Amino acid sequence: MKFKGYVRPNGEVGVRNHLLIIPTVVCASTVAERIASCVEGAISLANQHGCCQIGADLVLTENVLIGLGKNPNVGAVVVVSLECGGVSAERVVDEIAKTGKPVEYVGIQKSGGTLKAIEIGTRLASKMAQDLAKLDKEEVDISNLILSVECGGSDTTSGLASNPVAGYVMDKIIDLGGTGIFSETAEVIGAEHILAKRAVSKEIGERLISVVRRTEEKAKTMGVDMRGGQPTPGNIEGGISTIEEKSLGAIYKGGTKPLQGVLEYGEKPQGKGLYFMDTPGQDIESITGMTAGGSQVVIFTTGRGTPTGSPIAPVIKITGNPEAYINMEDNIDFNCGTIIEGTETIEEAGERLFKLLIEVINGSLTKAEALKHREFGMFKLISTF
Amino acid sequence: MTEKRKFAVVINKKDNVATAVKDLSAGEEVYITIDGQEVKITLLSDIKFGHKFAIFDIKKGENVIKYGEVIGRATSDIKKGEHVHVHNIESLRGRGDWEGS
Repeated sequence: MKFKGYVRPNGEVGVRNHLLIIPTVVCASTVAERIASCVEGAISLANQHGCCQIGADLVLTENVLIGLGKNPNVGAVVVVSLECGGVSAERVVDEIAKTGKPVEYVGIQKSGGTLKAIEIGTRLASKMAQDLAKLDKEEVDISNLILSVECGGSDTTSGLASNPVAGYVMDKIIDLGGTGIFSETAEVIGAEHILAKRAVSKEIGERLISVVRRTEEKAKTMGVDMRGGQPTPGNIEGGISTIEEKSLGAIYKGGTKPLQGVLEYGEKPQGKGLYFMDTPGQDIESITGMTAGGSQVVIFTTGRGTPTGSPIAPVIKITGNPEAYINMEDNIDFNCGTIIEGTETIEEAGERLFKLLIEVINGSLTKAEALKHREFGMFKLISTF
Repeated sequence: MTEKRKFAVVINKKDNVATAVKDLSAGEEVYITIDGQEVKITLLSDIKFGHKFAIFDIKKGENVIKYGEVIGRATSDIKKGEHVHVHNIESLRGRGDWEGS
């Protein structure tokens, strides 16, 4: 099966053609935002980190920024740095440049302050915007796609309807030779034994169990019942009573295919098929991780309703709660409340969602894109020092 | 997974709870299907859309089962037809409050 996308110099395929302005550090975020606001089609990341971080935590932030720049939805990048933060702007530029896409650099101290940095960055970015606009889409195979699935603002319809529908589409993409990522480690607590049985090797199954245990142990260090954090107050209002119940409903979104591997936060899958990524259950940080891992499109299931989008990938929001769809129709692209109402099967709704996914990867705007929802947040391993 | 024209669904034959797919009222008689068998339950509580009720008596300390899996444990005796939620079941996972006790 084919779709039309942007073929990058390294052969990867984008479903969007973004010009991304990456601040390597929180102190460069305002300058990056100003540059983006001056240039057609440019998007900046609201990076809150990048300084006073140590060890693996610093490396993680660096790798996530690199992963986002490398995402094939991004056609060109301007990296903005203050030039005294911990994240190596040089490494960010060099690593992204390995994809062959254009990368430019602006240093705020070297430029002589905000106004000069904005001028230099805007001039570089505006030239890139003109070049990007000349790019034509090409017909490519759907196996180039890395589909992510996310669930947020869940209620009990998520496990009954929207997650199984997302899982149906995930299975279909993998049958067509594509790749899938699902995530949210806290929302596997109580369901890890089911997923581990689907792992292609004993080691991968054990690794899944161990990342779930690591997350649960970290939660326990707070000395409280995790209920209220997971499940959230909204989940509880929607009828979910425990994290186990939430997890057992959440894992349907990953479909039924064998688990090929367990990825670190922001890590790229090295093969085709279904992967699990170790991320928080918090939607924004989870989507950032999966898009840093190269995912070009996200299916996001919700029960209560949520406006979330992404600066990198189109986010298709679906709900299995018919009232939530009516209540938040401005934000939710797809209603499968029909399943609860008994007028449509999971397969029928799944085929309908697959059709919408194909439209979106061919360029149709999601509601989150139309409303410029570009929520951004990065997971950290430890506090900032 | 869901039966057409039903007011509540039982996902797995091992389950001891059903999920309401419309707002239901105490005293209402609800028909559910467990492993192909239709069973009538008289509700003892109002059950909001998406919330659960017991389809068997569940004793304090017994596991609560949904999706054929343990979703928690009863913290009090729960009668068939009663609302099952955070007031009468607890999670067995992520219990930092149990650490060191």
